[in-house]
Amino acid sequence: MNSLRKAAQSNLRQYTMGVALVVLVLVLQFVTGGTMLRPLNISNLLHQNMYVFVLGMGMLLCILTGGNIDLSVGAVVAFTGAICGVLMVDLRMSTLPAVLIVLGAGLLVGAWQGFWIAVVKVHPWITTLAGSLLFRGLAQVILDGRSIGPFPEPFQFLATGFFTDVAGGSGVHLLSILIGAAGTLVFVGVVLFFHFRNRKLGLPTSTPAQLALKIILVALFVNLLAWRLAGYKGISFAMLLLVGLILLFSFITKKSVFGRHLYAMGGNIKAAKLSGINTARLMFTVYVISALMATVAAILVTARLNAATPKAGVGYETDAIAACFLGGASISGGSGTVFGVLVGALIMGVLNNGMSLLGVSIDWQAAIKGLVVLVAVAFDMYFKNRQRSSI
Amino acid sequence: MSERVLLEMRNITKVFPGVKALDNVSFEVREHHIHALVGENGAGKSTLMNVLSGVHRHGAYEGEILFDGEPCRFRGIRDSEARGIVIIHQELALVPQLSVAENVFLGNERLSVSSVVNWARTFFEAEKLLSQVGLSVDPSVPVQSLGVGKQQLVEIAKALSKDVKLLILDEPTAALNDEESDKLLDLLVSLKKSGITSIIISHKLSEVQRVADEITILRDGATIETLGRGDEITEARIIRGMVGRDMAHRFPPVVRSPDPSRRFEVRNWSVYDAQDPGRAKLEDVTLSVAAGEVVGVAGLMGAGRTEFLKSLFGRAYGSRVTGEMLLDGQPLRARTPSEAIARGLAYVTEDRKGEGLMLGHSVLMNLTLSNLKRVGSHNTVNPKLEQVEGERLREDFRIKAPDLYQAVGNLSGGNQQKVMLGKWIFAEPRVLLMDEPTRGIDVGAKYEVYQIINRLAQEGRHVLLVSSEMAELIGLCDRIYVMSDGRIAGEVAGETATQENIMALIIKGAREKVL
Repeated sequence: MNSLRKAAQSNLRQYTMGVALVVLVLVLQFVTGGTMLRPLNISNLLHQNMYVFVLGMGMLLCILTGGNIDLSVGAVVAFTGAICGVLMVDLRMSTLPAVLIVLGAGLLVGAWQGFWIAVVKVHPWITTLAGSLLFRGLAQVILDGRSIGPFPEPFQFLATGFFTDVAGGSGVHLLSILIGAAGTLVFVGVVLFFHFRNRKLGLPTSTPAQLALKIILVALFVNLLAWRLAGYKGISFAMLLLVGLILLFSFITKKSVFGRHLYAMGGNIKAAKLSGINTARLMFTVYVISALMATVAAILVTARLNAATPKAGVGYETDAIAACFLGGASISGGSGTVFGVLVGALIMGVLNNGMSLLGVSIDWQAAIKGLVVLVAVAFDMYFKNRQRSSI
Repeated sequence: MSERVLLEMRNITKVFPGVKALDNVSFEVREHHIHALVGENGAGKSTLMNVLSGVHRHGAYEGEILFDGEPCRFRGIRDSEARGIVIIHQELALVPQLSVAENVFLGNERLSVSSVVNWARTFFEAEKLLSQVGLSVDPSVPVQSLGVGKQQLVEIAKALSKDVKLLILDEPTAALNDEESDKLLDLLVSLKKSGITSIIISHKLSEVQRVADEITILRDGATIETLGRGDEITEARIIRGMVGRDMAHRFPPVVRSPDPSRRFEVRNWSVYDAQDPGRAKLEDVTLSVAAGEVVGVAGLMGAGRTEFLKSLFGRAYGSRVTGEMLLDGQPLRARTPSEAIARGLAYVTEDRKGEGLMLGHSVLMNLTLSNLKRVGSHNTVNPKLEQVEGERLREDFRIKAPDLYQAVGNLSGGNQQKVMLGKWIFAEPRVLLMDEPTRGIDVGAKYEVYQIINRLAQEGRHVLLVSSEMAELIGLCDRIYVMSDGRIAGEVAGETATQENIMALIIKGAREKVL
């Protein structure tokens, strides 16, 4: 028990942001009179803020290379969203080919920016700043200032489609509870497998207490979430897509040689170059990925709003960047995790959602978010410094 | 010369969490003396100087400091500078883009009225200070246009502008060649005559012997002894104090059997400046290294030695690179570092922190970076394989680290160097291009690095070694090429090499260039 408490303490300090998130949720739950954690609201919160998660993960890869950020993602959301609109609303194309074409367009946008950054060596900040003007402008041009819609059913399903329940309309959505439980089992299985394998191989592992704590917290989170979601319409396609992206990005950052090269480049770019790492190609790739994630976000946003508008994605880049830094990514590159970005994105999402529930005006929302980001990162740094000096 | 004690540090104890960096150290410096502080890396020299200069503020350590007879309680560098104690760190604290004059008065600007810089006075006084340190440059040129040796002099001028009484120099000659070092040491002697006391921290014992009036040896955070002019000061004596054992030979015995039939050759290698493609940096360099041979490249700073190695390593330096490389008679093409690695080249940089290691990342990540293919498949890293290989390297290179997951930045200089060597051996190179492999590491670690170099040669690799320490080249190499101004000025065999004949070749090369 004592060791469990110790593990909890060390984890608390390590995950200041996680604690901040829980506190934030509880406070908002209280001041909104319980609306915050209602099934409908949780479902909305996730869908409304899906873009923060999606853009945040793409942004993380840019930041890892050495504090480079992608300022254009908001504009790219508008631009690729506009293409969605033209293809499906104006040209009446069906969903699958349209989505593939839009993803292709996203790739081209990424390649365009990657070219200027990696080949011509224009600084990423300048390239993507120019990109944010360029693609916002192109979105206006393509849509001629209009908002267009509606979109075909199958396309809307991508963002707002829920899976029909196995139990069939019995009030509680059984399928989502089952998926939550199955997900938990898989998670526990995988974590235990790696834990024992690593211990057998003599690789560094967390203590049993830390492991237990991790499993308990994740199991609680996933099952509570599934249970709450079951009270509404259950699990949606977009949520599964997000889970898939999280797994993919975790793999990239933790296991792949590409990910290792990103951390190396952020750690010391000269050393990385002299170690034979093609840093220009890495830069090209991360900006392509970032643009691709912006396109995914555009599809989700357009489908959810059921309209393509040139005003889509305004300010999205700040949310995504904030999520990364809230999640502990380093401004000088070389450190940051997908898990951190998730926590950061949740904080941004909870703030967005909570303040809307409270009827805070859009202007104040932005101001408050700014303050929260500033104070939260300052606290995080303070705790980390104290921890470092106490080692 | 007075024998009055200027500085007295009494019973200084400084504990970092888990480590006692200084244990009851006492240390006295007499006025108008040059006092050398020597010891291995981690012996506590820098910590002691940080205590003195207020980097570790009063209260963070035990013991007391008396300066000029008065007790000192410094809370920061500003306090110690106000008393005339100025420290010049190994990494120079100059702003490269600012002019020499601006740097000299950085943080200490000459003002006309409050907050307004008096440029006339700034330049006038800067010129005076520069002539005092024997530097004849225009004070309006940016510092980055000067070589390291001259930058060091600018630092000293900056110290003089603060009315320095006690000047502390941490490894002042580490980045300098012999000629520049001589000049700097002469300057210290002349400053001494004009009343400035100095403390010099150095690994180069010959310099210490030359200029120091007294020598204090630190070992494992404790004062071992102070040698004065009465004592017989020899290098062997100092080394014995530093490492606590006799070091009969500074260089390990050489058992080598080079195979002249297998050669790494460079022919007619010419390279132009990376920034200024009109300026030739290397001209027509031709040399060869047999398998199992250690070949040195001697030369002054700026002769183009680092640029040469880097340009060989996948054109990591330079523009308009021409010439050819051959290995075993086959042409070796390497247009990028990654091609160079794939073709069996490795470049161990002179700049460990700047371009060698990722200091914030783990020992393991650093060790495997240049050859991740070896510890995984399908573009993923296998953590087990990586750890096994890492452990093997750690044992092989005797890297002293609590574990492989420690950040490299936490290790001592010598161990960081061993990590770098391990990293490059992991890439399985056939040709090793080594640039100043023992810079800034202590005597004990140097010996280990020499052993590693010998072993690599015995394994049949080609080793091309650049070093500014001539004694090191002479002690280690089978043959030495002398580079001067981007050309090969001559070649001497290891047995017949002396500092004098190398120097003579350098000077001859420089003269031919002029003609």
